[in-house]
Amino acid sequence: MNVEPQKNSIFKVIGASSLGTLIEWYDFYIFGSLATIIGSQLFPADAGASALINTLAIFAAGFIVRPFGALVFGRLGDLIGRKYTFLLTLVLMGGSTFLIGLIPSYSSIGYAAPILVLILRLIQGLALGGEYGGAATYVAEHAPANKRGFFTSWIQTTATGGLFLSLGIIVLTKNLLGAEDFAAWGWRVPFLLSILLVGVSIYIRMKMHESPMFTKLKTEGNISKNPLKESFSHKANFKMVLLALFGATMGQGVIWYTGQFYAQSFIENTCKVDFNDSRYILLWGIAFATPFFVIFGSWSDKVGRKWIMLTGMLLGIIFYRPIYQIFLDDTDVTKIEQKDIKEVSNPVVTKTLIENTSDSLITTTSQVTLLSGASFTKIQAHTKYADLSKPVSISPDAFKDKKLSTPVFWKFVFLIFFQILLVTMVYGPIAAFLVELFPTKIRYTSMSLPYHVGNGVFGGLVPFIATLIASFSGSTPLSGLWYPIGIAALSFVIGAIYLSNKKPDHGEADH
Amino acid sequence: MNGLKKALGIFWILLGPASIIFMFIQAIEKVGLAPEGVAKTNTALQWGIILFIFIPISAGLVVFGYYALKGEYDKLPED
Repeated sequence: MNVEPQKNSIFKVIGASSLGTLIEWYDFYIFGSLATIIGSQLFPADAGASALINTLAIFAAGFIVRPFGALVFGRLGDLIGRKYTFLLTLVLMGGSTFLIGLIPSYSSIGYAAPILVLILRLIQGLALGGEYGGAATYVAEHAPANKRGFFTSWIQTTATGGLFLSLGIIVLTKNLLGAEDFAAWGWRVPFLLSILLVGVSIYIRMKMHESPMFTKLKTEGNISKNPLKESFSHKANFKMVLLALFGATMGQGVIWYTGQFYAQSFIENTCKVDFNDSRYILLWGIAFATPFFVIFGSWSDKVGRKWIMLTGMLLGIIFYRPIYQIFLDDTDVTKIEQKDIKEVSNPVVTKTLIENTSDSLITTTSQVTLLSGASFTKIQAHTKYADLSKPVSISPDAFKDKKLSTPVFWKFVFLIFFQILLVTMVYGPIAAFLVELFPTKIRYTSMSLPYHVGNGVFGGLVPFIATLIASFSGSTPLSGLWYPIGIAALSFVIGAIYLSNKKPDHGEADH
Repeated sequence: MNGLKKALGIFWILLGPASIIFMFIQAIEKVGLAPEGVAKTNTALQWGIILFIFIPISAGLVVFGYYALKGEYDKLPED
């Protein structure tokens, strides 16, 4: 059935849905971006206990609670309606984010601080699990069948937009307040600001109407009595849930996570690029690539969803290793020749006693500036033993805070842009793809679970599995990429063989 | 194409348990290597969560393979 929007224009529907989802992603990301400061302010100083709480906050919220939220709120959305369910997820997300900003420090209330953080982070994961499916379903059920890709692609921009907004607000707050005030109390500002954004979004969403398709089902008395049972115990539907997971969302999750998170982490932690530079590169890449969510979403209305998504996966499989090799090569300062060096600052020498010994560690730090405009900090360290018969132990030179020359900076922006372009290919059409796979009465439940398992579990595990692979003997800095490449390849094969490339048409009947 | 879909069904059925066995081996190895105390508990907790979430996913891959083998994907509802 081709349902026209009733009182609200479709763009109001898109705006109201997208704004709320954007804010939910913003809320979810600021926690990740500020995890180090939260750790120092709200967690115990004991590194072990702190790591344990962090594990629970990151692993449990991302891998267990998100899929659980998809089931809980998906069921609710298929029973009582889309509008009130994704309104509830917004309230939960906004409320918990705001409250994180109010938690007193560990030095004031002790272990109550990390426990509160953990509880609120789990609520965030639960709310995120329920939000996306509701927003995508809500927009899709207002859209004409031949424009679902275009209309739902606006929802798809929100995950990347939320990341952009969170990075932007954090950088802006830090620059306005200064590093010291930001670390002391300014980190709370992005959390507290969330309540304003959520308030506006709730106000707008309250004025929206229920999805016309759901309203029709409800009027006819055809809503599902038990969405979980119908979604996962009926073979006809469950086989589509499995196909959506293994043939699409699994590959989408790793491409999404690698392009937007692993890339920035690799540039900062493996290549040792300066903190600000690594974030500016990502911000530019996101800014240039974000319009392509809408372009690919819209294009999928004409050529079908399948091959756009699978091409994104295939390009990732082919190009990830060459791209990351360029990141390594272009930041390898050991190859620099003397003639390329413009100046070297006076070395700063520090001597520290090694704990529980009489030995001392002597470090020499100097700032090296190159003719190209690039610069880096060089650290030479050697251990001087109290027992003078032992020879001085010299560690290999270490490099950090690498600032890139302008051409290399923009080359990196292009390479990040290309990776996010792949994200837009796999992610732009996927909401429409998932919506069309399932019938209206169990759509919210059925599409939410494969999405959050694919995106949250397979995507969220990229750093963990990459680190695991890097621990194998004979591994290189690029070895961690075998995980996203392998999962994307598996999903590509399943998608290419088992998915069909249905093209929507004007007279398509909905189900 | 339908023959290939069915034949690959066997591969998916085998891949499910193979992946979970690989993860169990990794979990035992990594927890064993972790230093005693909180670090060991932390590593065990991480792997416990991963296995908890991946066991149903691997089971799902087996079911997917079974459906493929039985020809459930030969014709999709949207075809």
